[in-house]
Amino acid sequence: MKPDDFTYFTKYIYDQSGIVLGADKMYLIESRLAPVARKFNLATIDLLVGQLRGGRDANLQREVVDAMTTNESFFFRDGKPFDQFKSVVLPQLLANRAAKKSFRIWCAAASTGQEPYTIAMILKEAALQLTGWRYEIVGTDLSTEALDRAKSGIYTQFEVQRGLPIQLLVKYFKQQGDKWQIAPEIRAMVQYRNFNLLHEFAGLGGFDVVFCRNVLIYFDAPTKSATLARLGRAVASDGYLLLGAAETVVGLTDQFKPVPDRRGLYAPNPYAFRGPRATVLKFAGGGVQSPRGTG
Amino acid sequence: MKNFLVVDDSRVIRNVARRILEALSFKVEEAADGQQALDACKRAMPDAILLDWNMPVMDGIQFLRALRAAPGGDAPIVLFCTTETELTKIQTAIEAGANEYIMKPFDSEIVESKLSQVGLL
Repeated sequence: MKPDDFTYFTKYIYDQSGIVLGADKMYLIESRLAPVARKFNLATIDLLVGQLRGGRDANLQREVVDAMTTNESFFFRDGKPFDQFKSVVLPQLLANRAAKKSFRIWCAAASTGQEPYTIAMILKEAALQLTGWRYEIVGTDLSTEALDRAKSGIYTQFEVQRGLPIQLLVKYFKQQGDKWQIAPEIRAMVQYRNFNLLHEFAGLGGFDVVFCRNVLIYFDAPTKSATLARLGRAVASDGYLLLGAAETVVGLTDQFKPVPDRRGLYAPNPYAFRGPRATVLKFAGGGVQSPRGTG
Repeated sequence: MKNFLVVDDSRVIRNVARRILEALSFKVEEAADGQQALDACKRAMPDAILLDWNMPVMDGIQFLRALRAAPGGDAPIVLFCTTETELTKIQTAIEAGANEYIMKPFDSEIVESKLSQVGLL
């Protein structure tokens, strides 16, 4: 890739997705663009960037962004966040929303669906406690290709063995040749939407819990801060935010505070100015509530 | 250091498993069939067992049933590791007392992920 093309391309990806690609990512870029170039009958990556610069091929633009943003995902990725969801977040939700009996969960980087389906399976396993409750799981991602896979719910033998307990495989998956498809009742629990995290969240409504894991690591500091500020307006005042293991809010925003001794779990900071909130917060109790567990 | 018994009639698979498990700080012993594995367990119960299904002399499922019926045999964590990928086979293994199930081919990432699920890591 020519230096001039590299500069153009990295700026293009930054503007479209917020992802920062340093000079050390040349190999990654070329290896991910090669299949896209083949698909569009472009002999070289130089030609692909030329076509992209032309700005007229919306399909190419979408596929290029897809190729650069699609990341691996696993069921129960990192384990701990889902333990915390079960042991801290869910009991709090059940207590705080007992009157309304409803809540909304957002997976802000749903990728190929493993994270929203993990949450759906956890909620299904807790069905007894959730009798009479309504809940929504919204999975969003920038990549339409990833979302198509998520909606299909079909995974390879390798994918269903990374993080997924065998009992849950047996219970919630059907074998299809050498692939495994997650059960229709689990698929129906998740709504998928194509969404860019750089845009305003207001259209998505408010959420009680947001999983935004392993996304912020690809952003620069200003983009991280701006995204966290928008998340501050999207999460209920007594809700929770879960970030990836290598991510934090510290030094980036005053909207959230780490929940002590709960790595990766954050609660809205009651003392931060949050601006107008999304509408769901009207039933969250109105005034400022002290987030549980922050001591 | 926890003891792992690797039960597989293929020396190649035993070696691959040994390398992965030793890298994760387990002490590894090997058995080439269910009978050898049962004898090893009678000498000293391991903490965990990686178990193939199809083996000569005594297969994995026969071994597992014998193990679970033996004194102290409910203690080891048993992970099947087999080319049998039929849902009914997996259910049979769970009913016989398997804690986890790895479908071959496997890699170190899958082994690590399964071990942390059963609390060995």
